[in-house]
Amino acid sequence: MAPFAGYDMPISYPTGAVEEHNITRRSVGLFDIDHMGQVEVSGPGADDFVSRTVSAKVLDMQDWDARYSLLLDEKGLVLDDLFIYRLPGKWWIVVNASNREADYAWFKKLAPAGVKVVDKSEETYMIAVQGPRAIELMDLVSDRKVSDFPRFTSGELKIEGIPVLFGRTGYTGEDGGELFFPADSAERLWKLLIERGEKAGIETKAIGLAARDSLRFEAGMPLHGHEISPSINPIEAGFKWACGLEKDFTGKAAVEAVMAAGPSRKLVGIEVTGGVPREGYELLSETGEKIGACVAGMFCPTVKKYAANAFVLPAYAKAGTKVQVLIHGKAKEAVVVKRPLYVPAYRR
Amino acid sequence: MNIDKNARYRTSHEYARKDGADIVAGISDHAQGALGDIVFVELPEVGKTLKQGEAFGVVESVKAASDLYMPMSGKIVAVNEDLAGDPALVNKDCYGKGWMIKFSPANPSEWDGLLDAAAYEKEAGKE
Repeated sequence: MAPFAGYDMPISYPTGAVEEHNITRRSVGLFDIDHMGQVEVSGPGADDFVSRTVSAKVLDMQDWDARYSLLLDEKGLVLDDLFIYRLPGKWWIVVNASNREADYAWFKKLAPAGVKVVDKSEETYMIAVQGPRAIELMDLVSDRKVSDFPRFTSGELKIEGIPVLFGRTGYTGEDGGELFFPADSAERLWKLLIERGEKAGIETKAIGLAARDSLRFEAGMPLHGHEISPSINPIEAGFKWACGLEKDFTGKAAVEAVMAAGPSRKLVGIEVTGGVPREGYELLSETGEKIGACVAGMFCPTVKKYAANAFVLPAYAKAGTKVQVLIHGKAKEAVVVKRPLYVPAYRR
Repeated sequence: MNIDKNARYRTSHEYARKDGADIVAGISDHAQGALGDIVFVELPEVGKTLKQGEAFGVVESVKAASDLYMPMSGKIVAVNEDLAGDPALVNKDCYGKGWMIKFSPANPSEWDGLLDAAAYEKEAGKE
């Protein structure tokens, strides 16, 4: 167990981190992610408020749509990343555990009179069900066919009487979904999913934080505090696509200024030979000048590479560029590669 | 906890086992279990001379890097090349296929200062 954002979380279960990663890629992984926060926004003016507060375009979303967004401050720096659900008459915003209180305070501060912002995190439990057989398992246990839900949509269903909001989303690069439901049913639903999965011959296992990290890393998804943070702007991190530049939102002017001037550094993926790159390790050019640093790095079980994400001077950002990483004081050969290392199943 | 009774140990969890006049070293079962999945092992060059307690390499698990220390002083005569392709051998068989280095001891009497299996088991059990 390890402390993570104020929660005691399993780094890995007895299965082991690498095997947990592999199970999620071949069958079904269950993720206890109750540490994530949920904020509900409703009332007159809620639509405009959400649109002005988050980076992504949201007003074109239909009821039950789900979309990724950033939350920026006025300087265009990334306070958090969000998953936003448009539900009938309200918005359901999923925030990171470590930013939950700050995000909630930020929403409250910006919300005009009439807009209700409620932190629903305590009463809501959250589990992710991910993997190539995740939807098969969900169809088996729920009263609705979630296989009919398109990617990035959601719906309400029941699993043995437990009311669940199911979003066909995730953080692994696999098909599957994220479940929101009353916290007092958490243990029952968790056990039920494992039991029903195993009974149907669908390998279903609990997955810890280490595998969650390697799965998201391979699939090119950011982790707040690493690829994005309050000292990183969306342009240098490659998140222009998550900014709805045709609308007005907090931080937009700063984002446009970075676009006009060009970013001073860029997020890249690198593959390393002869060592494991990790957060904080320095990047050098072939001739030994310091050109950046790693923000995350690890062994990637599916692609079987030692890889890192790093911010580098733009001149070194092109795929194929040879660089070096300082690992335990020794310069190791590395090469800039295209991200993601593992193309998500739903994008193939 | 699986302990090789023929080996001796450092409190930092490296083992040493006699192999003729040479010493084979690696990390204990207790250590591999505590580290979790091992994804990379950096080993020294053959021919390198290292003192007792000096780092001979690094073992990287999913989440952390740990230095590996020489149980005795000596000159490296072989390293386990198989670990480059399959570092998980350390998890699967730390005393056998997951061995790390073989060295020719410079000072064989250092052996006597290492923990024997019973003393190591007691030591590791405290953690």
